[in-house]
Amino acid sequence: MKKKILPRLTKLMSLSSAALLAGCTWDTLDPKGVVGAQEKSLILTSTYAMLLVVIPVCILTLLFAWQYRQSNTSAEYLPKWSHSNKIEVIIWAIPSLIILFLAVLTYQTCHSLDPYKPLEAEANVKPIHVDVVALDWKWLFIYPDEGIATVNQMAMPVNTPVDFRITSDSVMNSFFIPQLGTMIYAMAGMQTQLHLIANEAGDFQGESSNFSGKGFSDMRFRALAMPADQYSAWVEKVKASSEQLDSASYPKLAAPSEANPVEYFSHVDAGLFDAIVAKYNDGMVMDKSTGKMLHVQQSAMSDMNMKE
Amino acid sequence: MFGKLTLSAIPYDVPILVGTFIGAAIAGLAVVGLITYYGKWGYLWREWLTSVDHKRIGVMYIVVALVALFRGFADAIMMRSQLALAYAGNPGYLPPHHYDQIFSAHGTIMIFFMAMAFMQGLMNIVVPLQIGARDVAFPFVNTLSFWMTTISFLLVNVSLFIGEFSQCGWLAYPPLSEQQFSPGVGVDYYIWAVQLSGVGTLLTGVNFFATIVKMRAPGMTYMRMPVFTWTIFCTTVLIMVAFPILTVAMGLLGLDRYLGMHFFTNDGGGNQMLYLSVIWGWGHPEVYILVLPAFGAFSEITQTFSRKPLFGYKTMVYATASIMVLSLVVWVHHFFTMGAGPNVNAFFGIMTMIIAVPTGVKIFNWLFTMYKGRIEFHATMYWVIGFMITFSIGGMTGVMLAIPASDFVLHNSLFVIAHFHNVIIGGVYFGYVAAMNFWFPKSFGFKLNEAWGKRAFWCWFIGFYVAFMPLYVVGFEGMTRRMNHYDNPEWHPWLLIAEVGAVLIACGIVCQLTQLYVSIRDRNLAENRDLTGDPWNARTLEWSTSSPPPFYNFAILPEVHELDAFAHDKEAGIDTRRAGGDYQPIHMPKNTACGFLIGAFSFVLGFGAIWYIWWLAAVGLIGVIATVIARSADNDVDYYVPVSEVARIEQEHTHNLMAAQAAE
Repeated sequence: MKKKILPRLTKLMSLSSAALLAGCTWDTLDPKGVVGAQEKSLILTSTYAMLLVVIPVCILTLLFAWQYRQSNTSAEYLPKWSHSNKIEVIIWAIPSLIILFLAVLTYQTCHSLDPYKPLEAEANVKPIHVDVVALDWKWLFIYPDEGIATVNQMAMPVNTPVDFRITSDSVMNSFFIPQLGTMIYAMAGMQTQLHLIANEAGDFQGESSNFSGKGFSDMRFRALAMPADQYSAWVEKVKASSEQLDSASYPKLAAPSEANPVEYFSHVDAGLFDAIVAKYNDGMVMDKSTGKMLHVQQSAMSDMNMKE
Repeated sequence: MFGKLTLSAIPYDVPILVGTFIGAAIAGLAVVGLITYYGKWGYLWREWLTSVDHKRIGVMYIVVALVALFRGFADAIMMRSQLALAYAGNPGYLPPHHYDQIFSAHGTIMIFFMAMAFMQGLMNIVVPLQIGARDVAFPFVNTLSFWMTTISFLLVNVSLFIGEFSQCGWLAYPPLSEQQFSPGVGVDYYIWAVQLSGVGTLLTGVNFFATIVKMRAPGMTYMRMPVFTWTIFCTTVLIMVAFPILTVAMGLLGLDRYLGMHFFTNDGGGNQMLYLSVIWGWGHPEVYILVLPAFGAFSEITQTFSRKPLFGYKTMVYATASIMVLSLVVWVHHFFTMGAGPNVNAFFGIMTMIIAVPTGVKIFNWLFTMYKGRIEFHATMYWVIGFMITFSIGGMTGVMLAIPASDFVLHNSLFVIAHFHNVIIGGVYFGYVAAMNFWFPKSFGFKLNEAWGKRAFWCWFIGFYVAFMPLYVVGFEGMTRRMNHYDNPEWHPWLLIAEVGAVLIACGIVCQLTQLYVSIRDRNLAENRDLTGDPWNARTLEWSTSSPPPFYNFAILPEVHELDAFAHDKEAGIDTRRAGGDYQPIHMPKNTACGFLIGAFSFVLGFGAIWYIWWLAAVGLIGVIATVIARSADNDVDYYVPVSEVARIEQEHTHNLMAAQAAE
């Protein structure tokens, strides 16, 4: 019996582990953009640094426990020994050095991976702008330069930095595309910023990673990264939509809905994003480039106030 | 008349809840029936419910904690089962309305009513004995603390059957928890339960801080204090600093909800991030409030069963104190992704990882306590060794999360869930269970069964890894916490494995219950009885008195000449008890029902306020105030134990001691 089971087991195990590995894309460890790639290498570097002490500690724990077990009377026993300056220095020094290394790494990466910092791109590539609004329970993407808007689907050309402005017209959410890296909160009355880039074409999962109520699990979107020509075609496709987003149709969109399908709007009121931010701030919104407070025109806001 | 409360608030159409209610009702009736059958109501009331004896209050805290563990774990396994099922179009068996309540209740119960109650139970049982005191500084406040915690837990459980619980997560972030988005009573249940139990915890903090500062035995300087007492000392400081912050957070959220104010609302100048800052200003120290006592317990257990004093006592004390201070300046790491500047994030990230230094030193200290010792593999040592390995891994993932740029992709994912269960199960829970096994004979005079203790350990230890390692993986795969269903095929196998782990942990809990049952059944067997009061040949003062200790703890207060006073006395051949010495009448507090009454009226206040039944809330509030006044006016709160009774009790213990020595 035993002889038969063992090879079978090994075969089964190798098969299943192969299947697991083959089917496996650990999104955050399989980044498709430079931000995500740097974060992945940061995670790995810090893990290796800490394993330098964690693995020896685990081994020593088992080793000491075994070596100094009660029944092993041949092991040395020092019933009074409880202090050694030499050991004390070493046990303070080892974690301190590792943390010193990680602290330097932390300071550097806080700056190099600051989500508010614009990304560098190739010489003739201009970043695209996307304004993101978290709604109950869907994502609204406004492309201010193209004057279009979409729901639960966004697109971007590859190797082009994307400058996001993010807010919420409801509760707090977090805007996250795991394979591209950094997430940022979406909060009503505030605008956060995020800069991402896709260096490979692909269809990536996007999600809210901050619980926002009963429709939260389906508050997902697709982030499509595509070559420039396909991206232009995508913009044209959106522009061909018969739907428009203005202060009259916005409240309908903003009303709570679950598992909302993808929607395209061929036209969006300029200033919609600012108006959404401003309606929680007595009509004021901060200009991102100058940091000055501006008053949003009342007309853009007139119908929108009344989500309640 | 009944505010928001109508018949429709009773969820009689939800089979799971009806089943739970019937089960709880049968269990409750069985307990009531048994107590009545054996005629124990008077005993229960006089000796336990109204007791001001810290040892009994401690035991009652741990009973509450075990009930909370049961409830919290039921929530946990329901969540894991939902996620094992709700895949690819299958909605699972828990719609968001229930699922969201379950994960909110799980976190709330496990932190406030399992871990906090367990911790306060341990500190009650051990600290006064360990510092050679006869009781705590404020015995009445102690019973009040216990009842505030207990009625708050009751309030959370009432929400199962009347109305609903919060659906906003265990910290109820606004604006989701504001009236606009959560108009039901769920968040109000949460606010009142947390608020009332917070009163109890804060009073415990004050009480034990005063006890440790003022009531140590003669000669016990701060640097002769046992390490467990040191950790409790730091914990009480953190409680006194952090819990008022929680009270403010809940108070302001309550003002928003009840009086339409705008502290954290979207509009009207409110700021939700202010709530996050305040709640985590409490929330992060809270983690250390829980784990420091576990560190203390591990220290006591390791030195006892390694048959050697703790390595680096001073280092241990400094490490504990520095963790206490640092834990107050790290709270922003819970929301690195709000878009603060790089320097702010770097500061809080680095502060957080600096905590890893004293924590790492502690691990090394336990390691070198075992080094060149004679380690007895008692069941408690299993938990210690399991802890050292598990906690090292949890610490590592914690530092990963402390690096802001790593947190940008790991925040709010199941990686975070895996991390904090790694430290809370592997650190806090393992520590408390080890402590319970270690100090159980002190409380009851008999040992816990070791075989079942070891079985419980293996189930928990393996179960933990099977349940939570897969969550690290799905965290890397971008799975967010609090999801109700999903369609990502890569997550599914891992969540199935996690479900198996949850079942293993269930086996661990069953083993623990069996351990209690078997131990109580076999309590009179000679090998289980602890007649000496020192079953483990331990080092600190609590073992110098009998098991269970007399209600006055020490007939003559012990004198401390060195660290590990009892070990020192045993070696020098000094009788720490000074049996047959010059006994004096002992001043003791009288039992009182006031703590119970204030708790009961607070429950009425909370329940009335939750349902907007204002007359009922008024009854509760007036009841609380009236009881406090009555208690303050009562001068008959203490008495003296006559010398003859002290001598009789001490004589009895001396006989037991001699019999035990003769048997050896």
